[in-house]
Amino acid sequence: MNVQTFRYDNKIVRAFAIATVIWAIVGMVAGLLAAVQLFYPGANLNLQYTTFGRLRPLHTNAVIFAFVGNGMFMGIYYSLQRLCKARMFSDALSWVNFWGWNLIIVAAAVTLPLGLTTSKEYAELEWPIDIAIALVWVVFAVNLFGTIVKRREKHMYVAIWFYISTAITVAVLHIFNSLAMPAGPFKSYSMYAGVQDALVQWWYGHNAVAFFLTTPYLGLMYYYLPKAAERPVFSYRLSIIHFWALIFLYIWAGPHHLLYTALPDWAQSLGMVFSVMLVAPSWGGMLNGLLTLRGAWDKVRQDPMLKFMVVAVTAYGMATLEGPLLSIKSVNSLSHFTDWTIAHVHTGALGWNGFLTFSLLYWLFPRLYRTKLYSVKLANYHFWLGLLGIMFYAVPMYFSGVTQGLMWKQFTADGFLQYPNFLETVIRLLPMHRLRAVGGTLFILGVLVMAYNLYKTAKSGQPVTDDEVQVPVVDDKHGAHEKEGGHRWLESKPALFTILTTVAVLIGGLIEIVPLYLIKNNVPTISSVKPYTALEVLGRDLYIREGCVSCHSQMVRPFRSETERYGEYSKAGEYVYDHPFLWGSKRTGPDLHRVGGKYPNAWHYNHMENPNTTSPGSVMPPYPWLLSQKLDTSSLPARIKALRSVGVPYPADYESKAQAELETQAKAVVEGLKTGMVMDAKPDREIIALIAYLQRLGTDIKAQAKN
Amino acid sequence: MEVIILLILASLVLAGGFLGVFIWASRSGQFEDTTTPAMRMLVDDPAPKAESVRQSPKPKHS
Repeated sequence: MNVQTFRYDNKIVRAFAIATVIWAIVGMVAGLLAAVQLFYPGANLNLQYTTFGRLRPLHTNAVIFAFVGNGMFMGIYYSLQRLCKARMFSDALSWVNFWGWNLIIVAAAVTLPLGLTTSKEYAELEWPIDIAIALVWVVFAVNLFGTIVKRREKHMYVAIWFYISTAITVAVLHIFNSLAMPAGPFKSYSMYAGVQDALVQWWYGHNAVAFFLTTPYLGLMYYYLPKAAERPVFSYRLSIIHFWALIFLYIWAGPHHLLYTALPDWAQSLGMVFSVMLVAPSWGGMLNGLLTLRGAWDKVRQDPMLKFMVVAVTAYGMATLEGPLLSIKSVNSLSHFTDWTIAHVHTGALGWNGFLTFSLLYWLFPRLYRTKLYSVKLANYHFWLGLLGIMFYAVPMYFSGVTQGLMWKQFTADGFLQYPNFLETVIRLLPMHRLRAVGGTLFILGVLVMAYNLYKTAKSGQPVTDDEVQVPVVDDKHGAHEKEGGHRWLESKPALFTILTTVAVLIGGLIEIVPLYLIKNNVPTISSVKPYTALEVLGRDLYIREGCVSCHSQMVRPFRSETERYGEYSKAGEYVYDHPFLWGSKRTGPDLHRVGGKYPNAWHYNHMENPNTTSPGSVMPPYPWLLSQKLDTSSLPARIKALRSVGVPYPADYESKAQAELETQAKAVVEGLKTGMVMDAKPDREIIALIAYLQRLGTDIKAQAKN
Repeated sequence: MEVIILLILASLVLAGGFLGVFIWASRSGQFEDTTTPAMRMLVDDPAPKAESVRQSPKPKHS
């Protein structure tokens, strides 16, 4: 019998593992800082770089792409080799994957606090980094497929199917959603506008959850849970069935982020229906995982790794029941824009992704360093700290979410809003936000305990070396099949396979991108809606820079409770020039779509300088730098050009007139400020542009009403 | 809302791709055995025995 001797690459697994732990701490501390700012805005240290608006995307990107990303690579690189009985296709690609991915994250950590952001959730990184992400992802995909092609185990275990679906779908999602026209080295405008941008964004956003946070981790669960429990998967057949069902259904769920918005009704219903159906394959995964532990529950009691795994799978089940329920329009009418969404996200993020990653780390470190875990006791402390952390996070957020939602909807017996002042709803939530920060702190403490434990484990072990193994190989691997043609033949030619794959992807890319240049959707459905002026464009870009969209929505839903509070509900046609859309996902502060003309210029000036002067008790931080920093108009021609190229109908010579028009409008804003007793405002400051933008919001349809 | 055409097209192509891959998998026998893979993955590959260690043969295809 022929045997082949080769080595599994453990060094790359160790690299990803260490990166995972480091980014866990960074990402979660960023989250804690953001959470504290929601009841103590001064926690931004009065720096513009650490305001909630700029910090939130740093937190989300760090925990999703840095923590879960490295965790995913760690888990995949270890398990894929052993499932394929082959070393990774290319060591060089492995290290490009590692360094490329982590340098991208460093780029994120630098650019996001600087306000260099697209504002699109989980896709905030600007276009040069987007390109880097695409390249590194192709490297990962080639490494993945190359390893599969040279596998010595003919059968592809179900985990591998999950990894494949991740690699392919994330590439498609990222490329599509990131399509934008650059207007500078770190500024771009989304190819899409308004409603279309919202749909593409949440087609991407929900599938990022599906194919970055779910499918790879289900794959990891299918490898590590049986391995640790020393029991086969409960039903292998079920795993195959729910895999295919899951990947077919997930892609359609995106619109559930846009229920009761200006997205067409039929699209909303489509998203709702597919989201509800998604319960079935998701719970197939959860049940399969938990039932695998039949007869092994005493092992769970003793092994911290399994404890974490059980909570992870259970949290997955909870989140995938809650998600479909939140996707039902009537439920969503209460939950949208509230902390309930945050609670839901963090059940999945802390419970499923967090705990499963910890589980893998506790299982892998001893194996990589050929030693025992330094302290089972400390691992148990981590488990309970983490579990308490999740509870103190989720439960207060449920209370605050439902409180918020109900208060917004409450009417008095006479038919007026019970809480007409949005501030009342903000202040009511402060205790729950404090508790949530306690939860986050507990969770981080657990992670620190784990980091110490793993460090001591590594110190007490041997240096990481590759696992040398001997695998029996049937000489004629292809002999079992009568037909050697087609795909089978292609699989034995990895280089050609890779080239053809790349060509296919490129063709697909071209087919997808070219029509975007041809499709023009700038036919205004509301004739009074016009493009933003030059000053308003710059003001809007400042709104994006400061991350205002993290706390303020721009989408008045067709409910009486919203029209009473904000004004006319938002129409799709109002957003045709919004590149990118700024509908928002959360109302920490009030909706702003109809804020134009509601307050005088001076109110906005004072409010931005220090929100507490106009709104006592507000948790919004001061933005004094907007009053002192000069507005940079040098990039104005480039921005107008870029916006025109994505479909905003600026006249051909607008660049030559824009500066003068901007200065005229700025002077008018300053005059308005003087009326409100703000005498020392200078027309060349950033605040002027922001006020111009805010005063424009939602006013175009009023213009129509006047006519 | 024209972008919906693009999204549906892309999703259909992706779904069609997945369907194609499923059909390939079925035909090439990936689902013939749904019992032993779950058990075989539990067994770690053995370290090479001292006497029978030899160089891994050069791969036939690069």
